Amino acid sequence: MILRRLLLGALVLLAVTVIIFAAIEALGGDYATASLGQAATPETVAALRERLGLDQPAWVRYGQWIGGALAGDFGASLSGGRPVADLLAGRLLNTLFLALYAAVMAIPLSIGLGLLAALWRNGLFDRLANMGTLTAIAFPEFFVAYILIYLVTGTGLFPTMAAIPPGAGLLDRLHATFLPALTLTLVVAAHMMRMTRAAIINLLSSPYIEMARLKGVPPARVIWRHALPNALAPIINVVALNLAYLITGVVVVEVVFVYPGLGQLMVDSVSRRDVPVVQAAALIFAATYVLLNLLADVLSTLSNPRLLHRR
Amino acid sequence: MTAALALLNAVFWIAVTLVGAALAAWAFRALLATLAPGDRRLWRTMPLPAAFGMLVVLLYALAGLLAPWLAPFPERAVVGDAYLPWGGDFLLGTDNLGRDVFSRLIFGARNSVGIALLTTILAFGVGATLGLAAAAVGGWLDTALSRLVDVLMAIPALILALLLLTLLGASIPNMILVIALIDSTRVFRLARAVAADIAAQDYIEAARLRGESLPWLVRREILPNALSPLLAEFGLRFCFVFLSISALSFLGLGIQPPAADWGSMVKDSATLITFGDPTPLLPAGAIALLTVAVNFVVDWQLHRASGLKE
Repeated sequence: MILRRLLLGALVLLAVTVIIFAAIEALGGDYATASLGQAATPETVAALRERLGLDQPAWVRYGQWIGGALAGDFGASLSGGRPVADLLAGRLLNTLFLALYAAVMAIPLSIGLGLLAALWRNGLFDRLANMGTLTAIAFPEFFVAYILIYLVTGTGLFPTMAAIPPGAGLLDRLHATFLPALTLTLVVAAHMMRMTRAAIINLLSSPYIEMARLKGVPPARVIWRHALPNALAPIINVVALNLAYLITGVVVVEVVFVYPGLGQLMVDSVSRRDVPVVQAAALIFAATYVLLNLLADVLSTLSNPRLLHRR
Repeated sequence: MTAALALLNAVFWIAVTLVGAALAAWAFRALLATLAPGDRRLWRTMPLPAAFGMLVVLLYALAGLLAPWLAPFPERAVVGDAYLPWGGDFLLGTDNLGRDVFSRLIFGARNSVGIALLTTILAFGVGATLGLAAAAVGGWLDTALSRLVDVLMAIPALILALLLLTLLGASIPNMILVIALIDSTRVFRLARAVAADIAAQDYIEAARLRGESLPWLVRREILPNALSPLLAEFGLRFCFVFLSISALSFLGLGIQPPAADWGSMVKDSATLITFGDPTPLLPAGAIALLTVAVNFVVDWQLHRASGLKE
């Protein structure tokens, strides 16, 4: 079962790389002609094509690209000619740090609140939480971010530009990136909380919980012994899906806070049409997304013997 | 001390806003219940958030349609100095080039919402048609389309949009096409799932045996039964499309100046916020308010359609 899911995941990952490569291939046209511009005589174009390896058939170049990517070599940036891998390295770490920071804040918060909302469903807390989360989901990330900046800007509690000085310690980093992390937390926590609530309510309405209640098991024990072990699969799913969601949310938030991460680099490169950089960033984001989804499936399968031995 | 006071002040204004919104929604619901055609009870039992959502959507539509008459200044005219404060001739001040912010907010209702609506309709047309076709025809068509959609959905939406926009170049038609393509995959998923459920029913089998043609089956048997989830999906999809377009515009890759658009207005005036000027919050808030409103209406519709009281 798990093996099959892993194979499927690998297949999807392969398909994604092919799409990212093919998209560039089909529409990106010839970088040689484009980058030479005025100086594009047939001879110079041919020379540059040969230098960039564009005269090879597509599948050979795909092989080279993916082989290079696996070895950490994404070619050279079109503007400036620096190796893409150099541009990415530090920024990838920054982005991962920010995502992790947000996840650490968001997961306990939203699962706790989601559980409470499910237990007290249709009560005042649940209604308020429902309206609040619905509102938060509908907010664009930059709105949340600017509200936070607006609230904080007079007080000077946290920096509104999340630039990290070189050699900053962990505490300094946590302090500098608090606002972007909080923004991501708020955006993601609303999703996570709603999904947790839905999963738990779904579970609580199943017959065996009813049975446990009817035979007089105290409520706390119903939750602890009967509901929670089975809620593990949906909760793992919720967490992983939202971590995957963080991957995209991070792009806008990085731009708002001028945070030197992968997302900001990607946006800059899109406006410069720097194809190799965009390609590499898209590959990293997409691969992370696919792997997190895969992880969610595998973990929730492992946590449920019935899924593990299906048919 | 001042921080506590500021917090108290903020809480007060939030409370005032909530009460005001509730009152407006209540009045609007009462108005609907007396004036609107059809089932009175439907309107009277409408929850307040849904009434509020409808009111907001209506106001946005009016602002968009009547923009040239409502706005005191033209959309693109430079009418004063840059970054003038609120008040005086310019209700909400001027932007980085000296254009009137209030007028641009109103014109933004036309541009931002209009483009989002167009994109949603495009995404919906493609996605729903293919989804229904895939469910009705089945076989290789279904498999091929579903696998393609699976792969496209395996890439995060914003990342795929950025990738495609790099290739095509950032412009309004390209953005509409890219977002429509990406969101049509989500519509396809839903339309196919809903229609596949319906296509397995006995009355479809009966219609098939009667010798009805495929277009007839889709139009007369499947579509009417799939309509209510699809309509709710249309509302939600609009929100997602609207948010993605705003995000792209905010990143400078969507609707381009000088056209007034809320996403790019936020970007242009963003520096003001660090000086404690809330102007950038207005267009961002306009985006948020509309998505919240649509969500409230859709939530109510879904609740009603599912017949769930829980």
